[in-house]
Amino acid sequence: MSAIFKLKVVEEKSKYGFEAQLRRNGIDLPPLSVDTLQVNVTRLCNQVCRHCHVDAGPQRREMLSPEGIAKCLEILERHPQISKLDITGGAPELHPGFDAFVEQAVALGKHVMVRHNLTVQLDGNPQTGESKEYLPQFFANNRAEVISSLPYYQEYFTDAQRGSGVFKKSMEAMQRLNKEGYGVEGSGLMLNLVYNPVGPYLPAAQAGLEADYKRELREKFGLVFNSLYTITNMPINRFRLHLDKTGQFEAYMEKLLAAFNPAAAAGVMCRSLVSVGHDGRIYDCDFNQMLEMEAVDAQRKRLTIFDFDFGRALRRPIQFGDHCLGCTAGAGSSCGGATA
Amino acid sequence: MSNYYESGDLKKFGDIGQHAKKLADDFFKYYGDVVGSDGALTKREKALIALAVSHAEKCPYCIDAYTTQCLEAGSNPEQMMEAVHVAAVMRAGITLVHSVQMQNHLKKMVL
Repeated sequence: MSAIFKLKVVEEKSKYGFEAQLRRNGIDLPPLSVDTLQVNVTRLCNQVCRHCHVDAGPQRREMLSPEGIAKCLEILERHPQISKLDITGGAPELHPGFDAFVEQAVALGKHVMVRHNLTVQLDGNPQTGESKEYLPQFFANNRAEVISSLPYYQEYFTDAQRGSGVFKKSMEAMQRLNKEGYGVEGSGLMLNLVYNPVGPYLPAAQAGLEADYKRELREKFGLVFNSLYTITNMPINRFRLHLDKTGQFEAYMEKLLAAFNPAAAAGVMCRSLVSVGHDGRIYDCDFNQMLEMEAVDAQRKRLTIFDFDFGRALRRPIQFGDHCLGCTAGAGSSCGGATA
Repeated sequence: MSNYYESGDLKKFGDIGQHAKKLADDFFKYYGDVVGSDGALTKREKALIALAVSHAEKCPYCIDAYTTQCLEAGSNPEQMMEAVHVAAVMRAGITLVHSVQMQNHLKKMVL
């Protein structure tokens, strides 16, 4: 399978010098573990968010094949070290094999996380019209951890980034999750929210913002959740296009560079996960995946799920680019929020 | 230079150290100590005060800088706009309270 892939040559010279920054600070970032298999099952989404690094939307058709899903499950079964499955997209629930994927990973004893955009519960599948209203109960039955983007606790920022009407639908979807016990103390059902800035600026401190979200969502909507993860916008794909169109790319990169934080760098998520694309190729993270910067082993041979070897993945040299400055700025950024 | 205010000049703020380095260093340390971290006031509260002052003093550099700073401290547009209204009512109040002086003088001038 790997032979048919052509390794992308990254020709653009590093202008902002992420790797030079690591060297200057005496930082080496080898993988520490592979405890999470993050799988991007589809780029299809019911939303078209303005910052989306996946360029996801209702017209996208990329899907991980049934063989790919089976291979991921086989990898999970063979490797007890990989304790977590993190399913993302697009809206991953729009993949026709999503439900079975979750159920079988849970049956293997894995902790399953779903990157759930909330609105898909109400919008359903934009291509088939299939309803997704069952999702809160499905998640609860499988005790999946739900991680949902909500760029702010108010309508203005949320709709500016994710589209008109998204905030109201998100509130309704959260109510449905709360009703199943998600985010409710003592239920064990985890609902975590994701904040990311609505433009080219860095996130506020995670703890303070989480307190604001909890207070405002409880007082105004009667909603609860567990934790807030702050994530920095990556200067790639749709957000990069916005930066270029508004003449803010250079200023944003300089901001990220000026805010480089060695402590945040030490905690980057690529040190503990691998990211799987819809075609089975493996990447160091979802951002590298969207830039087609494939993960390679120590012999520079590409990694795929079809010939997965844990040792090769663990000993791989992580592929870095200037976009990585987004993960190391300020308090750091990862799929689990701040890293420092 | 085509204009008195150039947005790119904000990046040159550090250049005030030319010809007076120690004074600039002292200023920037003081500046950082005051607004750079939480104290009796949070960074967010300080950023909102600074945004209000930026408007009262009509400094375009500061308005840009503290609009961003407010966002990075987690403020929302309602809070930011309310801070500007605080500056506006202070300016209006200061103007109006001077009318007491006018009234006082008026009393002297009128039989």
